[in-house]
Amino acid sequence: MPDLETFQRDARAWLEANCPPEMRTPPRNEEDRCWGGKRWKFESAAQRTWLERMVAKGWTVPEWPTAYGGGGLSREEAKVLRAEMRSLGCRSPLDSFGIWMLGPALLKYGSEEQKRHYLPQITRGEIRWCQGYSEPNAGSDLASLQTKAEDKGDHFLINGQKIWTSYADKADWIFCLVRTDPAAKKHEGISFLLFDMTSQGVSTKPILLISGKSPFCETFFDNVKVPKNQLVGTLNKGWDIAKYLLTHERDMIGSMGDGGANRPLGQVAAQSLGTTAAGELADPMLRADIAHFEIDEAAFRMTMERAGDMMKAGQGNPAFSSVLKYYGTELNKRRHELLMSAGGTDALEWESDRSHNGARARNWLRTKANSIEGGTSEVQLNIVAKRILGLPDA
Amino acid sequence: MALLLTEEQTMLRDSVRGFLADHGPISQLRRLRDSRDPVGFSRDLWAQFADMGLTGLLVPEAFGGTGLGHVEAGLVMEEIGRNLTPSPFLATALLAASAIARAGSVDQKSTYLPTIASGKLIAAVAVDEGPKHRPHAIEMTAKRHGNGFVLDGAKAMVVDGHAADVMIVAARTSGTAGDKGGITLFLVNPKTAGTAIERTIMVDAHNSARVEFRGVAVDADAVLGDVDQGGDILAGVLNVGRAAVAAELVGVGEEAFSRSIAYLTERTQFGKTIGQFQALQHRAAHLYSELEITRSAVLKALQVLDDDFANATAFVAIAKARAGKSSTLAVQEAVQMHGGMGMTDAFDIGLFMKRARVAQELFGDFNFQAVALAQLKQY
Repeated sequence: MPDLETFQRDARAWLEANCPPEMRTPPRNEEDRCWGGKRWKFESAAQRTWLERMVAKGWTVPEWPTAYGGGGLSREEAKVLRAEMRSLGCRSPLDSFGIWMLGPALLKYGSEEQKRHYLPQITRGEIRWCQGYSEPNAGSDLASLQTKAEDKGDHFLINGQKIWTSYADKADWIFCLVRTDPAAKKHEGISFLLFDMTSQGVSTKPILLISGKSPFCETFFDNVKVPKNQLVGTLNKGWDIAKYLLTHERDMIGSMGDGGANRPLGQVAAQSLGTTAAGELADPMLRADIAHFEIDEAAFRMTMERAGDMMKAGQGNPAFSSVLKYYGTELNKRRHELLMSAGGTDALEWESDRSHNGARARNWLRTKANSIEGGTSEVQLNIVAKRILGLPDA
Repeated sequence: MALLLTEEQTMLRDSVRGFLADHGPISQLRRLRDSRDPVGFSRDLWAQFADMGLTGLLVPEAFGGTGLGHVEAGLVMEEIGRNLTPSPFLATALLAASAIARAGSVDQKSTYLPTIASGKLIAAVAVDEGPKHRPHAIEMTAKRHGNGFVLDGAKAMVVDGHAADVMIVAARTSGTAGDKGGITLFLVNPKTAGTAIERTIMVDAHNSARVEFRGVAVDADAVLGDVDQGGDILAGVLNVGRAAVAAELVGVGEEAFSRSIAYLTERTQFGKTIGQFQALQHRAAHLYSELEITRSAVLKALQVLDDDFANATAFVAIAKARAGKSSTLAVQEAVQMHGGMGMTDAFDIGLFMKRARVAQELFGDFNFQAVALAQLKQY
């Protein structure tokens, strides 16, 4: 395919010319990632430049239609672009729940007006979104959620509580599951709403986690008024959207198992542990564990590639995203266990400049949520058993 | 390139799948095993392979083959794995054909490739000498003598060794065991004086032999490739073998798995089909994930062998490592999930476990591949 080769050459040349050198190192922590939004403070001029240039190309969302601010690339071209970014070590210009989760749902279920209003803001990183899904009594059993939205004529009135809302305290808007028909069966009375987090009656409270950080919040709704044109899809049919969006969330979380731009574990370990005269990692058991991990990680990356190709070719099973979510998150946990092992006691320092205030340990602790958030590993295995393998319900 | 089969490849897979289910089923392996068949595979089936163009799959068209690629070779191996079909396909049509097509002189190609493609010649490749795959540890020697060489040494785990009309033998023409250089490949007629072949009946009832060479004299034109330079040829041939066996293991693992899933939906205990129990559902779902991830790695390795043969080693190592591991899990779970039935000889599941055990050892087990990968990545 000469066209693809031309695209590859052009994309590489463009990236080399336009990706600032500071944006070609792996992000060291959450703060190095650009999340955008009204209150975003760029950590450097390079971060801002990189985002602006990618936005202008439509490459924050390479495969979305250009009409909504995307790059309009084919899947093959987008794959090439990702590979080139990976090989040059380019950071993602914009991390965004709008891109990973809400966008795909709006593309499928939103009205044309909603798409034209919300999608371009997402591609430009202007609005930071959070996800109102889990509640204190609706975790793995998400469909039992109780936050209610009452029809008040020209608006919905929202009351209830969400939990584990990622970055709710930093988000501008929320996409939120609410109960609009309390009398219906639990899957059939749910609707999907969008609203402004600065609306009267919305409050958030960060939750301190074992990492010492607070990426998740409790989110409270006390008589929040939401205009009716902010309903996505059909009233009481929000569960379909919720499930569709969850498959994208699973892909997102699962893709953390794709080491991508991360420095190879063998090199990281060699730096702290040293090597033998033969050039082998000084700890032979850790060397074996790392090799085992890298085999699985590489095979997982190939599986993400194959799964994407299958979906594109119409051969995919939507439930396959549960395989990716399950395996990818377990892999990411393994990666961070190995990083901790390689770092030894150096990696255990919680408060020191040397350890960047325990960056490695905090990242390690954060990964433990990977196999819980977006549906636990056990829920994913249930889905695979029933929807792919066709095993009977208990 | 998409990490999927093309339409032509899908058609080939479907036709081989139907064909082997009809003509190379597990009952054939049982018959060969139980009758202690002296050949150990069906010559009739091999003739049918030739009719279908499968014997010459890696043989260039100029030499009477079909000149297809490694992905196609892998598709055939996968179906062989699914049916546990004993076949010279691996040693003759893949290993030997690949070695001769890549490294042979015009004379050697003209002599061997057309007869491989027509199904008339059975070949074997003799590399390992001990119980584990150690291609650099070759001790067997080939000393210059007159115009030719004299071979001395012993080979183990020579697939189809007792049935072969020609053997490709790796021997040391310089250096000592452990050196990467100094290996030379020879085309040897196993009827040459000084050659002793012992067929070894293996746990999986597939063919293998030990071969001893005592002062076996060969001519200079028996050298395949260049003297002392056989290591590179061998590395390529072994990569073909590893990827092919990985594909076979995909077939072995998936067939054992699908039989287990079927059993989970049939078998009733405590008034329920046992597939209703979450303890088994989760294990089945985990195993499914492992097998799917392995399938991707194996297809990738086969594609890279077609596109960038010289740089396939890491991909092949990943594929063979994964295939050995996940298929082993599949056959172990299969026996466990089949309960007592899985322990009986009458049930086929045990045969899958036996073949997986041999195949994961062939051309390097998980540990071998993992070390290879660590060395490639320099840690």
